[in-house]
Amino acid sequence: MTDTALRAEALGKRFGRRGRWALRECGFRLPAGRVCAVVGPNGAGKSTLLALAAGLLPPTEGRLTVLGTSPAQARPRVGFVAQDKPLHPQLTVAETLRMGADLNPGRWDAAVAERVVAGGALDPEARVRTLSGGQRTRVALALALGKRPELLLLDEPMADLDPLARHELMGTLMADAAQHGTTIAMSSHVVAELEDSCDHLLLVGDGRVRLAGDIDDLRSAHRRITAEADADLGPHTVVESRTTGRQLTALIRPAGPLAGDWRTSVPSLEELVLAHLRSPGAPGLATAEAAESTGTTEAVTEESAA
Amino acid sequence: MVEYRIDRHSGVATYVQIVQQTKQALRMGLLRPGDRLPTAREVVEATAINPNTVLKAYRELEREGLVEARRGLGTFVRRSLGAATADAALRAELETWTDRAREAGLDREDVAALFTAVLDQRFAVPDAHAAEPGTRVTADGTRRDTEHTQHTQHTQHTANSQGDPS
Repeated sequence: MTDTALRAEALGKRFGRRGRWALRECGFRLPAGRVCAVVGPNGAGKSTLLALAAGLLPPTEGRLTVLGTSPAQARPRVGFVAQDKPLHPQLTVAETLRMGADLNPGRWDAAVAERVVAGGALDPEARVRTLSGGQRTRVALALALGKRPELLLLDEPMADLDPLARHELMGTLMADAAQHGTTIAMSSHVVAELEDSCDHLLLVGDGRVRLAGDIDDLRSAHRRITAEADADLGPHTVVESRTTGRQLTALIRPAGPLAGDWRTSVPSLEELVLAHLRSPGAPGLATAEAAESTGTTEAVTEESAA
Repeated sequence: MVEYRIDRHSGVATYVQIVQQTKQALRMGLLRPGDRLPTAREVVEATAINPNTVLKAYRELEREGLVEARRGLGTFVRRSLGAATADAALRAELETWTDRAREAGLDREDVAALFTAVLDQRFAVPDAHAAEPGTRVTADGTRRDTEHTQHTQHTQHTANSQGDPS
């Protein structure tokens, strides 16, 4: 088993010959065993990225390596739940799980799949077409987890779920990660939804990777500062700054010691994400372990993180 | 066994909440030397937080000498917190002080603010994210090793409890 779950090099995807680039020049690395939040506004390229990793779309340019091999070759070891949770509407819940067993010989874990379904008090004889959105999500997650994947790709997995089911299924996912070291990449445009469960971030904006790395590392590489309006932000990388009256507030990436009279704090994940999304021109950042031959992204070094 | 309650709006880092709640349970005698802490899997299944957060909290408790990880068995309490006699004397002093503050015209919020200010002054405030930022970026190898040990421990623990007739 490789220590890298996903590696993208100059990855690009365009729909149609003259279409718009959904992803362009994406370079990043997702270490194995992480729970990664794929975050970005609607239309940023999150779903495209996950579909490329699942081997359902071919890249237009560049390369994507999944579990050390090509997306197509990795497919038996990858679980994917697409946003629209595609299932056969005429099959019953029990038949759907039997199909999962038949399609994944040698890998299928019936106990895990049945436990996920049982948590929702679903009738095994109910047909998929009669299920609610949340119940279909549960069946789709049962299929994906029953496969015992090394990498689990989930596109907006929690969107259809009520708060109780959301908490319970997130707990199931985290337990799977704790027990088997499963790498999980899940997308959402609601950062708060993922903040406690994820330890790694991939921020996608306008088809590009803006931030990649361990969430604590990314946060500690930035500071929110409050200073006097004429403060010199000097050598630091300024992601966002605003002046109100005599006061300047900014989110910066320190490149050396900070002036003593500034008030500084480490930004929350949400502050970090929002500041980068509000400033599309700000340079991206990939931490050392998450960087991979990047064009627009600067790699963090020990000095600039400190 | 303790059950952790995570408050995501408290502004306190999640792993610090686990550390604090464990210490609280030690002070109140809900956890005693020899007791086993819940496994990372048990905690994340109930709370939906990231497994590494739990491991980080347990490492912190271990660093403080409160718990120890026993290979293949789990994480166990080594010692309890707060000697009852010293506590009683301190409590009496604090009660006297609080009465004096009240007589001086301070209300509940004034007292709490004053107490917190002195606490902050006398005890270093734990800043999770400012601590050792340099090592964090490069410490990945070490951390992953610890994770693997913990995973192995859990698996072995499960095997042990199944094989144990008690």
